[in-house]
Parts: sequence; structure tokens; C-alpha cells
Amino acid sequence: MSTIPPPVEQPGHHEPGITDQENSIEGKEVAGLSQGQIVRKRFFRHKGALAAMVLLSFIILLAFTSVGTQFGSWKTGGWWPYTWNLSVAIENGGRPSLSLFPFTIGSHPFGQDEVGRDIFAVVMRGTQQSLQIMVIVGLVATFIGTVVGAISGYYRGFTDSVLMRFTDVIITIPVIVIGAVLGRKFGVAGVVPLALILGSVLWTGLARLVRGEFLSLREREFVDAARVAGARDRRIIFRHILPNAIGVIIVNSTLLMASAILIETALSYLGYGVRAPDTSLGKIISDNQTAFATRPWLFWWPGLFIIAIALCVNFIGDGLRDAFDPRQRRMPTERNLARAHRAAGSDQPLDTPTDGGDLDSAAAFVSSRGAGMQAGGSGARTFYADKPRDEDRPAPKRDDE
Amino acid sequence: MATFVVRRLIASIFIFLAATYLMYQLTALSGDPLEDLRTSTAPNKAQLIEARTALLHLDVPPYLRYFIWIAGIGKCFIGQCDLGVTVQNQPVTVLLAQAAGSTLQLVTISNIVAIILGLIIGITTALRQYSGYDYGVTFMAFLFFSLPIFWVAVLLKQFGAIGFNDFLQNPQIAGWIAPVLAVISGLVWMSIVPGKLRRKVITFAIAALATGAVIVYMDASDWFSTPHIGIVGVVITAIGVAFAVTAVSTGLKRRRALYASLTVAAVGIALYFPFMYGFSYGMQLWGFVLLAVLTIGVSFGIGWLWGGPDKLPVARTAAITGFIVAAVIALDRFMYVWNQYATSGQIKGRPIATIGSATPNLDASFWVHGVDLFTHLILPTIALILISFASYTRYSRASLLEVMNQDYIRTARAKGLTERTVVVRHAFRNALIPIATIVAFDIGGLIGGAVITERVFGWVGMGQLFQKGLDHVDPNPVMAFFLVTGSLAIIFNLIADLVYAGLDPRIRVS
Repeated sequence: MSTIPPPVEQPGHHEPGITDQENSIEGKEVAGLSQGQIVRKRFFRHKGALAAMVLLSFIILLAFTSVGTQFGSWKTGGWWPYTWNLSVAIENGGRPSLSLFPFTIGSHPFGQDEVGRDIFAVVMRGTQQSLQIMVIVGLVATFIGTVVGAISGYYRGFTDSVLMRFTDVIITIPVIVIGAVLGRKFGVAGVVPLALILGSVLWTGLARLVRGEFLSLREREFVDAARVAGARDRRIIFRHILPNAIGVIIVNSTLLMASAILIETALSYLGYGVRAPDTSLGKIISDNQTAFATRPWLFWWPGLFIIAIALCVNFIGDGLRDAFDPRQRRMPTERNLARAHRAAGSDQPLDTPTDGGDLDSAAAFVSSRGAGMQAGGSGARTFYADKPRDEDRPAPKRDDE
Repeated sequence: MATFVVRRLIASIFIFLAATYLMYQLTALSGDPLEDLRTSTAPNKAQLIEARTALLHLDVPPYLRYFIWIAGIGKCFIGQCDLGVTVQNQPVTVLLAQAAGSTLQLVTISNIVAIILGLIIGITTALRQYSGYDYGVTFMAFLFFSLPIFWVAVLLKQFGAIGFNDFLQNPQIAGWIAPVLAVISGLVWMSIVPGKLRRKVITFAIAALATGAVIVYMDASDWFSTPHIGIVGVVITAIGVAFAVTAVSTGLKRRRALYASLTVAAVGIALYFPFMYGFSYGMQLWGFVLLAVLTIGVSFGIGWLWGGPDKLPVARTAAITGFIVAAVIALDRFMYVWNQYATSGQIKGRPIATIGSATPNLDASFWVHGVDLFTHLILPTIALILISFASYTRYSRASLLEVMNQDYIRTARAKGLTERTVVVRHAFRNALIPIATIVAFDIGGLIGGAVITERVFGWVGMGQLFQKGLDHVDPNPVMAFFLVTGSLAIIFNLIADLVYAGLDPRIRVS
């Protein structure tokens, strides 16, 4: 049950723009590998995604070990001498002691604010909070989105109408608006409730994507085969169809996490997210924006960490998209192509493959929703750049209806 | 089609009712509207509480109070909209009318610019896939997706406004800037223009020299204090535009189109002096709009006269050329009053504004007001553009790549059509179909997203209406905000579907 088409040569069947040589290069690479292995292999080939993963791991480690962390009553200390709410004597006017030439870290690498808090510790705490929110939002939204999308795509008909109209209602309200209204009430309670709230409004785009995926997959032969073999609906949904839609789901939940971090920082900036005495990256910027002229470091570091995290997650999403997209073939280097060309001894023109397709447009969709929430609010719709949208048109009559 | 529209319309109304109901409940239950009074020490506390309760119908539970509000909306059909009052007993209808204007202005302009830029860049990256330019733009798009808008906005205020205004006090470009910018521009153009090494080197040299020359000229002529295009600039731009528009729109081989464009450009140039120093004085907004319509009409007519057997493409080309040339001349006219604006008593030489949507009590001509609008819009627009533009480039790139991979494009190439015809006529138009729906939908959601931008730049707009209302747990202004964003979202969603169905003949709505 692989979404990767069989790499064997089929006479007379070519995907557009793909030549025999490329197929044979591709074929050799994936022969005898499971889908997981192929995806992993392709992912590790994406240099940007790999670098992003290393950087993100570094940020996570740094944030959670340096100032210590706290989950409920469980607390650990960190190796950094200061904490985010400890004020100490201001050194050197609070200026950052970090310098690259010569490389020194000093006592306050990111500087201090006007009451003497160490900005490194504050930023690390903010990063922790933002990362936690990101992960929880990702999990919650992916779960709800997948279940809603799967059920409405699989059962169609009345269930589908009800679920999709409900999705429409949520989509109509801009994320920042519903986030602000709910965050105002529940943000006080801490990070986890805030993340749960955000997760419960951010699932709509994913639900529509998963639904579209299920609508097309449920018509495939393997689903019929499973049904004939006596599988129940739940088994068909979760064991047969879902693994085939996993690419879309994983890619989009990754990108959803990137937008979650931006939404959280934006809400905290507006004052509806994380509240004092705790802190988050958006709140640090909000607290210090008027101090830009006098203490710009209060402003640079949290911003850089937001960008670094969001950029890393976006790049990982991009790498996953490349890895999961069966139509995505690595562009062979000119030398490899020439070699295959010589070996085949043919004189067919060399054509370069193109990427794009479902996952590409889906990725564009979800990333832009993250941005869209800042610039564009509700901008959420299941969108395939290459396909008409199914849900808004009368479904074509099918034989089984 | 009619049944489809009606069905969607009915569904939309129910979605609207459900969404407003949900929103009203959430807002009303988000806090205690009497909190500030309960904790106050005023002697007439009980009276105040009673007054506010009566004012906002707080004695009615929220799930019923919604119907008071929706009844007020219902009165819109008989021409007496009633959106309730705020905590301070101001009618929301009036507040909304004031707020919507400035927000719509901001959102419309930034969205138009973002769409145009995003389309152009997205399509060029798709055509030059896997080039340095493509990778560069892709990286930039990812970066822009990851930017928190409030962070960008503060940076813009610092460097775009304060820094630039400081620079304007004494506009001297440092010596190293010209060569650096020249090299950067050379590299960018080199990665955009295809070709072998020789052509790349030539492109680099031309771009670098041109950029360097323009910067040196700007520095030498004190351009930043007295910006201008001038008759020379207008002539060069007009002829360039005529050629460029013709090349894209019909191809340069179509001589009649080229001659029509050049004629339009010549008319524009001939009208330059009469316009600049003559009839542009005393211009009002309606005159400006009328002139724009007239320009397009006259250009279209000139194209029609040149037309030959197939008039429409020629007339279209001439109309586009006419519009752009006229825009360049109008831009020069705005620049002409720049110095007058910047040195005026209210501006005091610091033109780029960081706060607000207009200079209060500015008593000046239409052109100065235009410049004032520009200086206030520029920063929030850039902030909004950076982000929505990134997604438009990705959409249009993905969409065009998908189309370029279709069999009919191969067919078009195989039958010997020129690259221009294949790209513009066969690929671009089909790639526009999905983009059109995305754009329509995005417009609906944009206002909601402008909340943060407005707050950073201190605009008194819908965002403020929303935030103040929410802070006071006052559903009426919040709902007024949502009434606009929500109904725009729903209407544009509907438009998106209709546009899609209209543009794509494969979709049959019966």
C-alpha cells in the first residue's frame, strides 16, 4: 500500500516531462525499499530541511536545558545562572555581552532589560512557551482536522454536509479574532489551555484537505477490495485510507505548527495570549517595542528566535513535502543525466522534471494560512492549485449511489 | 447555475447566522462587562451599574441578547441600521462608518499591490524554475511566511520612517552604496535573464551600470529633496512601456499594436507639460478618476483606429500602455508637490509617518493630500504586503508550473507557437483560474488580519474597534467588526466559487 508509483518501466506509459533515463535513475534508488525508507531517504536529501532540523533541535535543547523547565509540579533547574524572573544588578548599561570577534559570551549575552532581568533567560523561557504551544496546537489541530475530514470524506452525504458547514462557520471567523476572544478568557489560565484553544480553531484547513483526499481515495480499488473482504468502516478509514493520506496530513500539520507559533506570538503581542508573570516571545516584543531606540536588543533577540523557529519548521515541512510527493523526483544532475543518456544510447532530448502538484499547492495553502492569519485572517480554504474544488460543486453521480 | 447560486446563497446566510451567533456568545461570555464598575469606589456605584445594565441590555442573557442585536441588523433592510451602542453610549453604526473607511483603504491598496507583485514574481519564478532567482525567491517567501508582522512593523518604523526621515534632513548617499547596489542589481538581473555565460555577463554589466548611473544621478541632482521623473524620464519610460506592453500583450511582430502603443505614448508625452503646469491645478478626486477613465478610453480608441483586421488585442495593448504612461505622469505630478509637502509647517521635514492614517487638518490641494496619504500608507502597506505577497508568489508559481506541465502546452509548442503565445495565451490564463479564487477569498479575510498592523501603526480603524470592544467585554463593537469581516469573507467565498465556475468550463454547475 504505497503511494509511490511502481518504479518499473511500463511500456507506453510516461508521466509528463519524465524521460526513461530519469525513471531508471529513480527506479534504482527506490528499488526494494519500503515507503518509510523512501520518504526518509528523500527527506535527508533535502539540505535545507536537514539544516533546519539540526537548528531546531539545537534551539529546543538550548531552551529547555538552559533555564530549566516546569511541567505542573515537576521542575528542573538549568545550567544558566539566571532565571526569567530574577532581577540582578545592571552591568554595562544592560548591553549584550555577546561578541563574535573575539568570541565571548560574557555574563549577559543578550543583555538586560531596565529592571535587570537577563534577556537570555527571558528569551529562553519565551522560546519554551512558544515551542510548547506549537507542539500542542499541532497535535490537537491535526487530530481534530484528520478525524473531521476523514469522517466527512468517507461517509459523504448528510454527515459531510453537517461537518463541512460547521467547518465553514469556524472558517468565517478570522483566526486572530476567535483566538483573541477565547484567549482573553482562557489565556490567563496558562500556556496549555491557550494552546488547546488555538488547536481547536486551527484545524479547519486540514479538515478540508483531508476530506478532499478521502473523497478521491475512497473510490479506489483497494477500498473496494477491503470492503469485499468484510472490513468494517473504522478499519477501512484508519487502516486502509488514512495511511495513503498521511503525506498530506504530516506536511500540513508541520506547516500548521509554523503558523501556530506566529499566531501565539501575535496574540501575546495583542495581550490576549500568555500573561505576566510568565512570558512568551510575542509578549517580550510587545513589552519592549517602545524601547527600540534605547535598548534594541530587547527587541532583536525574541524576534530572531520567532523567525528561526518558524523558518525551521517551514523548511522541515518543505522537505517532508518533497519526500512524500510521489511526483516529486529529484532533478538529476546534468552529469548523471548525461551518463544515463550515454548508457541508454538514445538520442531523446533531455527534459527536466518539474515539481508541483497536490502537496506543493497544499503547502502553499497552509503556509499562507499562517501568514494569512497575520495579514489575512480567515484565508482558509482547501485549495488544490491543479484541481477544481470538489466540495463546492454537486458531486458527480457515482455508480454506488 | 441559478439554482447553484441560490443554494450557495441560502447556505451562506445560515453560515453567517451561525457564525455571528457563535461570535456573540464568545464575546459576551469572555468576561464581566461590569468589572470596572464593581471594583470602583464611586458613591453612585449601584446607579452606574444599573445604567449600564439598561444601556447594554445586560439583564437579558447573552443567548437571547443576540436576537436584540440581530433585530438591529434586520432593520438595515428598511434603511435604519442599528448596531447598538458601546459602553460609552456611542452609536456603533457611526463608529463603524468612520473605522471602515481607513481600514478598507489600507487593505485594498496593500492587497492590490501584493497581488500584482506576487503574480509577476510567482510567474517569472515558475518560468525560470530551478534558477538562482527561483531559489532566492523561494527562500524569501519562506522567510516572509515566518516573519511576525508586529516585529517587521516596528523595524519598519525605526528604519523606514525614523531612519529615512533622518536621512532626508541631509540626503547624501554614502560613497560605497552606489557600487554595492549596482553589483546587487547586476546579480539579480543576471539570475533572472536566461542564457549562456556571455549573455549573463552582458546582463550583469548593463544592470549594474544602469543602477549605478541612476543612483549617482539621484545623488547629484538632490533627488530625495525634490523627487522628479521629468520630461526626459517620462519620454524614456513611455517608450519603454510601449515596447514592453506590446511585447507581452501581442508580440512585437504585430506592428499595428506597436505603432498604436507608440502613438499613445507620444500623446502622453505631448500632454505632459499642459498637464503638469496647466489643468492639473485645482484637480479634485472626481476629476482624477474621470481623467483616468478618459485616458483608458482614448487609448483604447487610438488602438481601435490602428486596429486592422483584429482590433481588440491592439486596442487592449494601447489601453494598457495609456494607463501606465498616464500613471507615470501622475506620479511625477505627485512628486512635484513632495518638497512643498515635506517642508510645510505640519510636516516639518519628517514626511514618513509612523502613526495614524492622515495628517489632521491638512488644508492643501488634491496632490498634496495624495502625498500625505502615501506617506501614511507606505509603512503599513509594506508590512501587509510582505506577508500576503509571499503566499501569492507560491500560489502563482505552483499554479503555473502545474499548467506548464499539461499536454496542451506541449501541443502548443509542437505546433510551432512562439514562447510568448504559449506562456501568455495558453498557460497564464489557465494558471489564473485557481489564483483568482484564492485572491477572492483572501480579500474577504484581509480586514481581520489587519488588526495587528493597525495597532502597531496607530490607525483608528476596525482593529481598534474590535480591540476596545473586546477589552470592555462589549459585544456591539466587536460584532460590528465581525459583521464586516464575516460578511466579506462569506461574500468573497461565494464570489470565488462563481468566478471558478465561470472561468473553468470543466466545472458544470447545474
